[in-house]
Amino acid sequence: MEAAISRTPKPLTATEVPAPPGQPQLWQLSGALDAGTAADLQRRLSRQLHKQAGTLQIDLRGLTDLDAAGAATLVDLWRLGQARGVDVQVAGAESSILEKLQQFQVSPSLAPEPPPVGTFEALGDAAWANALALRDFIVLAADVTVGSVEALLRPHRLRWGALAQQASLMGSQALGIVGLITFLIGLTLAFQSAYQLRQFGAAIYVATLTAISMVREMGPLITAILVAGRSGSSITSEVATMKVGEEIDALHVMGIPFVDFVAVPKLLAMLITVPLLTVLADVLGILGGWIVGMVYLDLAPRPYLQKTVDALVAKDLATGLFKSAVFAWGIALIGLYYGAGVRGGAQEVGRATTASVVSGIFFIIVADSLFSILFYVVLG
Amino acid sequence: MTDLSPALEVRDLVVRYGERTVLAGVDMSVPAGEIRVILGGSGSGKSTLLKGILGLTDLSGGEVNLLGQPMVGLPESERRRLMQRVGVLFQNGALFGSLTVGENVALPLREHRRLPEGAIRELVRSKLAQVSMSHAEHLYPSELSGGMKKRAGLARALALDPEVLFCDEPSAGLDPQTSLNLDNLLLQLRDRLGVTVVIVTHELASIEGIADSLIMIGAGRVIAEGPVAEVRRRGIPQVDDFFARMVKADAQATVSAAALLGLQPDRGGA
Repeated sequence: MEAAISRTPKPLTATEVPAPPGQPQLWQLSGALDAGTAADLQRRLSRQLHKQAGTLQIDLRGLTDLDAAGAATLVDLWRLGQARGVDVQVAGAESSILEKLQQFQVSPSLAPEPPPVGTFEALGDAAWANALALRDFIVLAADVTVGSVEALLRPHRLRWGALAQQASLMGSQALGIVGLITFLIGLTLAFQSAYQLRQFGAAIYVATLTAISMVREMGPLITAILVAGRSGSSITSEVATMKVGEEIDALHVMGIPFVDFVAVPKLLAMLITVPLLTVLADVLGILGGWIVGMVYLDLAPRPYLQKTVDALVAKDLATGLFKSAVFAWGIALIGLYYGAGVRGGAQEVGRATTASVVSGIFFIIVADSLFSILFYVVLG
Repeated sequence: MTDLSPALEVRDLVVRYGERTVLAGVDMSVPAGEIRVILGGSGSGKSTLLKGILGLTDLSGGEVNLLGQPMVGLPESERRRLMQRVGVLFQNGALFGSLTVGENVALPLREHRRLPEGAIRELVRSKLAQVSMSHAEHLYPSELSGGMKKRAGLARALALDPEVLFCDEPSAGLDPQTSLNLDNLLLQLRDRLGVTVVIVTHELASIEGIADSLIMIGAGRVIAEGPVAEVRRRGIPQVDDFFARMVKADAQATVSAAALLGLQPDRGGA
């Protein structure tokens, strides 16, 4: 085989042949119509298309070479002509050029481009897609919640092994980070409030303030956000990977319910771990405040703790733990929903995981605001 | 199998995704104890046909009868019971990554059979031995090659001794020897246990050796159906094209694959 080591550019000339009135406009090409010359021809002839009507004929008789770019340009000119009402014809191609045209398979009768979507149509489509997504979420949430209750009522059906494994994974994964972050939050809260309260000689109230903020608000909230980032994302990526690898299809055809096999252990594990982590968060947050109280405010350790215990009522702990259970429910279901909704290949797994974490945190903050109104405004 | 009714019957199956019609009315009927190949190029709709049959995609129309039971509208508990009589080998094995190969094979047994643990273990070993995977019982799927995953997936599909076995691209990516072993295993299952086998593939290698009959899908429709030799004799252009192309591709791919099929590979050039 002859190998072309260097390629000298071959020029292309396009000459306009003066046509008698009533005859189609004729352009003669000679030389090579390839990637190097196609753009130039395209520019010249499309200018011509703007000027004229009727028929534009391109004579390929003098063409010595044609490549895919050249063939595509001819088709593109034809398409441009269609749009302007000009019939672009190609004539006189030699058999070698014709063969190349066929080889590149550029056929003008390609699939029509999809019509552009209008703003309102796009808006409507998006709203409809969101409504369907919400419906899917509600269906999944109902299935998994009912499945979990059923599993608790019939404990022999529950996958205890999977539940224990999931719970210990979620717990051990989050233990260090939850402990450290909430300790620092307690510390910061105490510092900030001490700065204000000291001016009134009310430094001891740092204990009250830290305790109530941690138990009612910061403990459940910070824990849930951290768990959403760690375990919510791992639920999504695990389920999404199962989906991409046809494992969920495999469960379906084996007659093993996805809800029982995958979803219920994850939801229950989340419902066990998050409140437990919240208790840890409460304790470490209060510990942070206590250290500030002793070191920075010179408060006595014992009265500080006494003040903390006095300030907290059972309702604070109960609402805090209730909130954390609701957050746990949301994180698990949002994680499952985004994982199970993955279509297509592996690149979708990452996208779903990100979306799951963002939605999870959004859910936590919105739910937390609603709970604040419910517990402390409506129910007093 | 004394049952004369077909193991699988598909009538006027239509699948649409949005405005795109993937299957435009497919009919097929597979008698019990037959090895049937669903053949088609990529994008022909053959994989969607398999998904439609197995209830893995929503049908826009048509009926599927599997082992005499209608799949459409079947209550979930009934469907689960029916699926215990069916085995499916997915394209890449679809093994559960958190379970070892042995646990994967044991899963359907634990789920659907009340057997003592010892018996389950013996069954798992025998199924793995059938696909020459005994050595991999305690490995995780991530430690296996593509072909090994497929064989392990087959062992899992056979765990409950299915009456119908579906295989999605079973020999794609297998070396010729393993592919031949797989063919022999499928033939044995058919001959000794009367298992009906439905194979979805685009490869010639899986077809001529073992298939009783084939159905060719193109552009969402049935192009040809019948015994392999008869379909080839009919001279349908798409079928001829397909076989011609596949023979060429195989001759280029490996010499042993061609030898396996009794073809004379073109030794002159590529």
